[in-house]
Amino acid sequence: MTDTQNEIQELASREYKYGFVTDLEMDVVPRGLNEDVIRLISSKKNEPPWMLAWRLKAYRHWVTLAKSEAEPTWANVHYGPIDYQDIIYYAAPKPKKPGPKSLDEVDPEITTMFNKLGISLAEQERLTGVAVDAIVDSVSVATTFKKKLADVGVIFCSFSEAVLEHPELVRKYLGSVVPYTDNFFATLNSAAFTDGSFCFVPKGVRCPMELSTYFRINAADTGQFERTLIIAEEGAYVSYLEGCTAPMRDKNQLHAAVVELVALEGAQIKYSTVQNWYPGDAEGRGGIYNFVTKRGKCAGANSKISWTQVETGSAITWKYPSVILQGDGSVGEFYSVALTTNRQQADTGTKMIHIGKNTRSTILSKGISAGRGQNTYRGLVKVLKGATGARNHTQCDSLLLGSECGAHTFPYVEVKNATAQVEHEASTSKISEDQLFYCRQRGIRAEDAVSMIVNGFCREVFKELPMEFAVEAQKLLGVSLEGSVG
Amino acid sequence: MLEIKNLHAKVEGRDVLRGIDLRVNAGEVHAIMGPNGSGKSTLAQVLAGRDAYQVTGEVLYDGKDLLALLPEERAVAGVFLAFQYPVEIPGVGNLYFLRTALNAVRRQRGLEELDAMDFLALAKERMKLVEMDQSFMSRSVNEGFSGGEKKRNEIFQMAILEPRLAILDETDSGLDIDALRIVASGVNALRGKDRAMVVITHYQRLLDYIVPDHVHVLANGRIVQSGDKDLARELEKHGYAAFEPPPVAATPRPVGIAR
Repeated sequence: MTDTQNEIQELASREYKYGFVTDLEMDVVPRGLNEDVIRLISSKKNEPPWMLAWRLKAYRHWVTLAKSEAEPTWANVHYGPIDYQDIIYYAAPKPKKPGPKSLDEVDPEITTMFNKLGISLAEQERLTGVAVDAIVDSVSVATTFKKKLADVGVIFCSFSEAVLEHPELVRKYLGSVVPYTDNFFATLNSAAFTDGSFCFVPKGVRCPMELSTYFRINAADTGQFERTLIIAEEGAYVSYLEGCTAPMRDKNQLHAAVVELVALEGAQIKYSTVQNWYPGDAEGRGGIYNFVTKRGKCAGANSKISWTQVETGSAITWKYPSVILQGDGSVGEFYSVALTTNRQQADTGTKMIHIGKNTRSTILSKGISAGRGQNTYRGLVKVLKGATGARNHTQCDSLLLGSECGAHTFPYVEVKNATAQVEHEASTSKISEDQLFYCRQRGIRAEDAVSMIVNGFCREVFKELPMEFAVEAQKLLGVSLEGSVG
Repeated sequence: MLEIKNLHAKVEGRDVLRGIDLRVNAGEVHAIMGPNGSGKSTLAQVLAGRDAYQVTGEVLYDGKDLLALLPEERAVAGVFLAFQYPVEIPGVGNLYFLRTALNAVRRQRGLEELDAMDFLALAKERMKLVEMDQSFMSRSVNEGFSGGEKKRNEIFQMAILEPRLAILDETDSGLDIDALRIVASGVNALRGKDRAMVVITHYQRLLDYIVPDHVHVLANGRIVQSGDKDLARELEKHGYAAFEPPPVAATPRPVGIAR
């Protein structure tokens, strides 16, 4: 028993590897949020009046929400009050000369930082064929592969750039999946978002490479409010990867992002996240509050949206990547691994809203709790009246490492159509002494054995990740590559 | 190679092994027979390093104190236990698991680690020993395996890891006659002058296939009789009744399962 406990303690209390701070000269706006700050953010980004008007509408709504104390409290997470007037809502690295035109012009400090993260842009560009839209704090600093993508008609750029260059697309789809009134944090984001990624894949185009954004929060006391919008037109396909890290700080930082996906008829969007924000220290000091609204709409028939997430970081995670299955025959998928250690709390899951006929959804959630971590799966499967022949399969598995952690499952099912089939399976297990001893008897050290068993537990989800992400995810769980032969 | 002196083991306050003395030389096969609850499996678990027991006495392996080593240290030093109840590890590929184990052993022996391709070739060759089919490779460790497949997998692992001291804990239990023959021929193929084996079994049947050099009868935590292979046949005729009756509390299952 004690051996297992020790191994688990060790694994659980590993230090955060990405917690360095880069000294960048920052361009910041005054602390707090009010209409002037929003106007300032908007003007710094040279936004057109419609964009500012949308922000202000959202802000005014948010003020009413804040007054009526509408900040959500139903999640199974606990934290002190957030002072929204003590946050800096905009921080951008000051360019040494105006506007980098190519990678060569990017501030060397930034490229060094990315090198430390192991995602050197130049390397990425040359070796992996992944186009990276790197976001440091609030502004997208470098966008690669833009030309190659443009040749096939794919638009992949920072959100700010999209507002300026492709206003018709942004106006058409912005808020069409997550309206600015959606929830407290989404509303805050709508008012104050600073940058993010925009992707548009036109009709019939299969995006020739996987698109990737690397988010990173750098400055102290700033929130990162990024906004991502991805549109796949009829028959288009795109796979999008999002990775996140943040440096160590002893104060909590707020990350309230919004991601909207739109899939038209026959389109497919695959969205993968490896989230490794700073989780706070062993006593729960510091760490990111990751309050994110992610939702996709299968607007057209036979479209498909697939979310895969590996959540290992953040002090608190509040996140429910969802799919609205509007088109007949559309498919929604949610694959999730959430790991909580030390004092981390995660309340995560998904919503599958079946509207169209013969819509299908799959939910596979793997929660791992160690240390004093608390892990909650919260999911809603809703089948509306018209969703004849809808099907859902949900599987929630929890793995407990140690005796001070917790796993919780809150599945909600609402079915208004008698032809629907909804299945739910759930399991909770511990790493058994037998498994551990078996591995050790074969010469595998206890620590490696724990990693191996945890990794095996997550395998069904890792299989859904693009290769390079799967590798990163496995490393994040502290293990070597699984399944390279089998 | 192995020298056990006055070995005692206790679990939950109960004495399970009560003074075992045994000497096993390289190249020998020793059978340990005994009724249920006699302590056979406990002996295997204690030698492999299961920490559920309070152990006293001395065990020397190549002259070194075996009891001072962690289970994984014993394993890489060449001690192998074929489990009576091999455990399932969902999601961990059978071959990946075994390659990780082999490379741990190879590092200890000062050999280079095998990459996936070289390992695959080795695995394919050794699988033939226990007539395992290739579908085996893509499955998770013991997951969904039948009882017989699990036992064959144990012998397959032994063939890959090439231990110096192999302890086979009731490898024959739950096997039909064909599977028994396959497992036994796999074991026989692995006999060698540098390798010692301790074969634990309830029935004499296995010893028709794996012919031991020495047979010991374990009853109530002690070795009560030793002899050559003919002893096993006598036991078959007269049963264990001639020896002390087993203690009231039945089979000491391995403990500590936290499910």
